[in-house]
Amino acid sequence: MNLVESPHAQDWPKPLKAETRALSFSYGSRLALKNLSIPIAEYQITALIGPSGCGKSTFLRCFNRMHDLYAGNRYEGEILLYPDSRNILAREVDPIEVRMRVAMVFQKPNPFPKSIYENVAYGLRVRGTTDRQLLDEKVEQALRSAALWEEVKDRLLARATSLSGGQQQRLCIARALATDPEMLLLDEPTSALDPMATASIEELLLDLKKRVTILIVTHNMQQAARVSDWTAFMYLGELVEFGLTKQLFTTPSKKQTEDYITGRFG
Amino acid sequence: MSKSVVAMQEAIRIKKPDAKAEAAARRRARQRRERAIEGGLFVAALISVATTVTIIAVLLSESVGFFRTVPLTDFFTDTLWTPLFADPHYGILPLLAGTLVTSAVGLLVAIPLGTVAAIYLSEFSSPRLREVMKPTLELLGAIPTVVYGYFALIVVTPALQRLWPDLPGFNMLGPGIVIGIMIMPFVISLSEDAMRAVPMVLREGSYAMGATRLQTAWRVVVPAATSGLVAAYVLGISRAVGETMVVAIAAGQNPNLTWNPLEPAATITAYIVQVALGDLPHGSIGYQSIFAAGLVLAVLTFAFNILGHMMRKRFREVY
Repeated sequence: MNLVESPHAQDWPKPLKAETRALSFSYGSRLALKNLSIPIAEYQITALIGPSGCGKSTFLRCFNRMHDLYAGNRYEGEILLYPDSRNILAREVDPIEVRMRVAMVFQKPNPFPKSIYENVAYGLRVRGTTDRQLLDEKVEQALRSAALWEEVKDRLLARATSLSGGQQQRLCIARALATDPEMLLLDEPTSALDPMATASIEELLLDLKKRVTILIVTHNMQQAARVSDWTAFMYLGELVEFGLTKQLFTTPSKKQTEDYITGRFG
Repeated sequence: MSKSVVAMQEAIRIKKPDAKAEAAARRRARQRRERAIEGGLFVAALISVATTVTIIAVLLSESVGFFRTVPLTDFFTDTLWTPLFADPHYGILPLLAGTLVTSAVGLLVAIPLGTVAAIYLSEFSSPRLREVMKPTLELLGAIPTVVYGYFALIVVTPALQRLWPDLPGFNMLGPGIVIGIMIMPFVISLSEDAMRAVPMVLREGSYAMGATRLQTAWRVVVPAATSGLVAAYVLGISRAVGETMVVAIAAGQNPNLTWNPLEPAATITAYIVQVALGDLPHGSIGYQSIFAAGLVLAVLTFAFNILGHMMRKRFREVY
């Protein structure tokens, strides 16, 4: 059965946290995403894989309207965010409102030039929280969730850039978690990290999915196989195959998927 | 082996040392050329360093003569600066106060306005507007300072006199404001460069947290650009302290120990230009006083530059 052409197939995940319907996206005149319909399962990890330039990061960045920052970008189709079935691409939806619900972690750790504490408190501060006690609580909670609390609890006022690369990335995850987002987007979060730091982030993700829906872009197929529940394989802006990670990696239904996961191209 | 082949090998064997010699000659020629270029560059570098050293040497040697007559304690504690009077006093404080007050007024204008304008250009304006604004601002730097001086005297001061009717025609506030307007383009241009150099991933990180443009600019971009902003301010301070024409024209040339910008006063630079225009005999104490004042100015600027350097290092961000 071809999942791409039947968006409401029986073996789609349930319940859904989000879903794209006929999503297309263009940078100016260049069409980067073509008619994608992909479901995002709630409290699960969905991985996006595919060769460089296939549009997986572009797809991810649609979920928090990151493309709105640059002129000339255009979305078509819908991204429905559940439970309220809100189309977050709709013109009347404020991108800031979307970003309050959907947090993001970037490829390269990008801590702000502030203290560790202020980095984690950033999202709360921009939402207008000034209650010191609440901030303290949320910061500790987020740092614990990102498995960073024990390492930094004695130097919360130290500059965030003094942390190691892996710690910085966990700090960015803590920063994203501090506002209790419904969904967490990760854009190749371990590509700048060493294997040890990568392992700790992966472990963290498996723990986090109990409380937040995760969508992760990765160029590392082993990573997708290790952490994700669902995988979407994209190529040249199109969805080639979507399915349970276990199935997709063991019995891919498309020749192209098989070639990619066995390393014959990409 | 045929004869011709043998002959050819022979020829090659003979030619080889030739080729080697040629290559060596080429290498020597190249090395000569490189050395000539290196020498030229060295001379160019030497000239700028030598000029600086010479200036300092002249300032010091002429000042030594001055300080032989005037004790350092008088220079730094006397509250009068009247080197050309019958009863001469050599207290630098009035001139120093004039310089600091006019510069402070200038910076109070240039730093806040310049920073806000730079934030606007870097974070809010359309690329089109920025392309027009930046060269236009830099054009302001091409206006001769004497024009700014008369602008202070005949436009700004009369305007201020409407607010303070008692304001004298010569005062420090008017020229101070004009100094601020004058250095603002530099502050804007350099601050904008510093903010544009902040990597996009930091802005994206902030927007992704649900921040607005203003929050991103103020809470992320400005802190990340602090070291560049400090550099811009320090350059502004140096220019303000060294500014001559505006204060010479519009501040009055009367050394006056006061911290009140509404009063007339002379600055170090204004004094130098005033005395340099007269015909003082070479080697006289009045002549030497120019160099002593110049030395103070040089030390002041140098101190600000050092301070700026330290602050830049302190705030440097590793992205």
